[in-house]
Amino acid sequence: MANRIELKNHIREAHLFNRRAVTAIVCVLALFATIIIRLVDLQVINHEHFTTLSDANRITINPIAPTRGLIFDRNGEILAQNLSAFSLDIIPERVTDLKQTIERLASLIPISEGDIRRFHRHRREEQPFERVTLRYQLTDSEVAKIAINLHTLPGVEVNAGLIRDYPMGKLMAHVTGYMGRMNVKELQHVDESNYRATRFIGKTGIEKYYEDTLHGTVGYEHVESNALGRTLRVIKHVPPVPGQNLYLSIDSQLQRIATRAMKGNRGAVIAIDPANGDLLTSVSLPSYDPNLFVTGIDQATYDQLRKSIDRPLFNRAINGQYPPGSTLKPFIALSGLVSNKVRINTTSFCPGWYSLPGDDHKYRDWKATGHGTTTLHKAIIESCDVYFYDLAKVLGIDTIHDFLAPFGFGARTGIDTSRESLGLLPSRDWKRSTRHRPWYPGETLITGIGQGYTLVTPLQLAMATATLSHKGRGVTPRLVYATQSTRDQILHVRPTQTRRPIRLSRSRDWNDILGAMREVVTSIHGTAHVINRHETFPIAGKTGTAQVFTIKQDEKYDAKELRKRLLDHALFIAFAPIKNPRIAVAVIVENGGHGSSVAAPIAREVIDAYLGGL
Amino acid sequence: MNDIASTPRPRWGDRRRARFLVRGLHLDIPLLIILLVLTALGLVVLYSASSQDHDMMIRQFTRLGIAFAMMLVFAQIPPHYYEIWAPWIYGAGVLLLIAVLLFGDEGKGAQRWLDLGIFRFQPSEMMKIAVPLMISWYFSESPLPPTRPQLIKALVLILIPAALIIQQPDLGTSLLIVSSGAFVILLAGIPWRYVGSSLLAMAAMTPVLWYSMHDYQRARVLNFINPERDPLGSGYHIIQSKIAIGSGGLFGKGWLQGTQSHLQFLPERSTDFIFAVLSEEFGLIGVLALLTIYALVITRGLYIASIARSSFSRLLCGSLIMTFFVYAFVNIGMVSGLLPVVGLPLPMVSYGGTSMVTMMAAFGIMMSIQTHRKLLSS
Repeated sequence: MANRIELKNHIREAHLFNRRAVTAIVCVLALFATIIIRLVDLQVINHEHFTTLSDANRITINPIAPTRGLIFDRNGEILAQNLSAFSLDIIPERVTDLKQTIERLASLIPISEGDIRRFHRHRREEQPFERVTLRYQLTDSEVAKIAINLHTLPGVEVNAGLIRDYPMGKLMAHVTGYMGRMNVKELQHVDESNYRATRFIGKTGIEKYYEDTLHGTVGYEHVESNALGRTLRVIKHVPPVPGQNLYLSIDSQLQRIATRAMKGNRGAVIAIDPANGDLLTSVSLPSYDPNLFVTGIDQATYDQLRKSIDRPLFNRAINGQYPPGSTLKPFIALSGLVSNKVRINTTSFCPGWYSLPGDDHKYRDWKATGHGTTTLHKAIIESCDVYFYDLAKVLGIDTIHDFLAPFGFGARTGIDTSRESLGLLPSRDWKRSTRHRPWYPGETLITGIGQGYTLVTPLQLAMATATLSHKGRGVTPRLVYATQSTRDQILHVRPTQTRRPIRLSRSRDWNDILGAMREVVTSIHGTAHVINRHETFPIAGKTGTAQVFTIKQDEKYDAKELRKRLLDHALFIAFAPIKNPRIAVAVIVENGGHGSSVAAPIAREVIDAYLGGL
Repeated sequence: MNDIASTPRPRWGDRRRARFLVRGLHLDIPLLIILLVLTALGLVVLYSASSQDHDMMIRQFTRLGIAFAMMLVFAQIPPHYYEIWAPWIYGAGVLLLIAVLLFGDEGKGAQRWLDLGIFRFQPSEMMKIAVPLMISWYFSESPLPPTRPQLIKALVLILIPAALIIQQPDLGTSLLIVSSGAFVILLAGIPWRYVGSSLLAMAAMTPVLWYSMHDYQRARVLNFINPERDPLGSGYHIIQSKIAIGSGGLFGKGWLQGTQSHLQFLPERSTDFIFAVLSEEFGLIGVLALLTIYALVITRGLYIASIARSSFSRLLCGSLIMTFFVYAFVNIGMVSGLLPVVGLPLPMVSYGGTSMVTMMAAFGIMMSIQTHRKLLSS
């Protein structure tokens, strides 16, 4: 019985399959017929057309690189432009003896070993029918020498191209970043055909972050050429779409003033408009010449830049991570007011040191004799450490962490440039997960004066100052305030991005802190009193000194140099004017000693220049 | 004349021995003859496409030797065993695919190879047979046509290896594996309305997928659909291959006379674009000859399938031969500019070994299905 059902199914299944098989063969034949129709179309109907194309002339398709967008500062001064330059290119497929051709060329114009090595490296990455550059930036006489011999050099071409140029050189290097030849890895991250004619790509800074905006869209032309590759006729021309121009918020004049004010010191200066987050200056010193990188830097120069202990390639403004030192005190003080642990006039006695109960370690004040009876107000003005040790202990690390986080400490500011550093705002959880140790009470004390684990970038410090100066209304910093498409020339302004504002239950707490910061400058005892002389604009600020902890064991210095490098970093944060501040500044001078004498005058110069209309 | 006189005339015994040899080797003579003709035509075209490169020809001969040996081996195994092994082969294949993703070697930017010490192995090739085996086995376990839950399970079985292969990334092979599985489902006799509604569902899914993609991914998809949009990338291949095909005309430019291919205007002329060389040098006549041969192979394959003894054999054989058709159709369609550019070789003609070996193994299985049926019936 079961067998019969099996058998019936079997026959039914066989029939079903056969019907499907017949359908299949019909489909196969129909699709083959489609192919035949297509081939009749190509080979019989359009035969003449294709024969013409194939016979004497052939079509090649040449990509045309789009012109890269320009970069301007906020006043329209040019920061990055394109200069035309000639390059010597070879299409390997059209060359019969590559070695001999290169030797011939080398006898005409100077071609270095490095050029040849680079050429072969790039040739292996390209298709044989694509042109590969042997030398960049030919001089006019070199172009002439090649040009008269070109008819004996099949597959060799001299092409006009555009080379990126940074007219301000070192001044803007860390802001704009630089471009360089695209490598295989970068090619994988872009639309390959859009970059078909592009050889250079943004490597750092704005050039990298805004690569898509600056690049534009590739164009191409269909060209009829003879077997030797000479162009006979352009059949079709699709022009490239140029990249967009960028307008930076940076004021290059202010940048120049800030750089000059640094007097050759290492460090960083950040100035922001607290209302909209515009970066007015972003100085990182020492700097380098970005033009060196465009057509390929030679190894010796690169090594020199890379290995220098001054680290010129390092953008301190967004990547330098420093202990904030006493510049953190206004924020800690505000935390104390907000959590009702102190009032602005709450007194405490400072004998010059502080210790925790049951621990004989003495936490010292910078002033060994002590500040005597001190209010919070005075503790900010004179930067009393003992007051803040005590306040930090009372607040506890959890309160400090939770209060400082909304100011942007320990988090990326979201600035529109590549690779911003994170900084560090320590907490119990952080220490447990990274150091596998509990949080010790002593660490809370030194956090209170901005030492210990806390690290800030100059940009974070400036942004926190800006937020403080505007009583909690924070913004996201921006370097590019507008883009401009070259087609319609219309500026598209990027909107200001506001952060979630910090709201306090008593708004006079803000005034207490900002008032104390004003007195840091105006009071005769204030740590930044030096900049009060002949004041033009009312400035409020806070000094800071960050200890330099370690010197690498294997690095060698002479004694004087060593002493210099062990000096503390000088910090200063400031804003002006007091009412509706228009500029907030953070200055860090590496190994500058105390913040008061070195860093504060720099901030004043920048503020005066900006508010004084330069 | 002397030569003929000196060769001994075949006697009855020899002929019987010859017949036994063929039957003992489990070869399907009609299929074998067509395949040999196809191979010969392929070698003639390759000789021209490779610019008469003798090293390439020797390597191709070696591969053909290996491929025919594979066919012979696979023909010896009775269909019954394939049925028993199907789930194991499939399971092993999936594990190997996972191994490739974890420890695989990278070649040309894609992770496809597994280094086994002595030789390198491409598990995705194995799946081209393992998937039809698995689905055929799964369906033939119960009466046909398959029920809806069975269909869903079958789809999962197809999509697992396809998803793993897309990770490598290898879109072409992945599509082939999906289509080989889909052919089993179609041949198993699912109602046409299912086919129609799933096509509709796919069409409905397209916009969702589209809006979840990045701009550059969309650009790649658009270039994929319309290569002329990207004349610097895949469009270059198509423009040049169309010139090659079109200038070939009715009778072609003659063997070794193709200017497009010999002046190196045609990229990948010995591998994926070899069809353009054939069209340029042998014209429409050569193309018709090739298509006829393919049609004969496919007809013979479907015939073997339809007279096979079990549902399993029928489905397996049908799916394998239809996959062969997909190869041929997609490649020719791509080279002649009818279909988007997918990296699939022209079966048995293109230079290159892995897919040829797999294809011949599949023909070995078909021969096994055919010859073991004969033995059973006699």
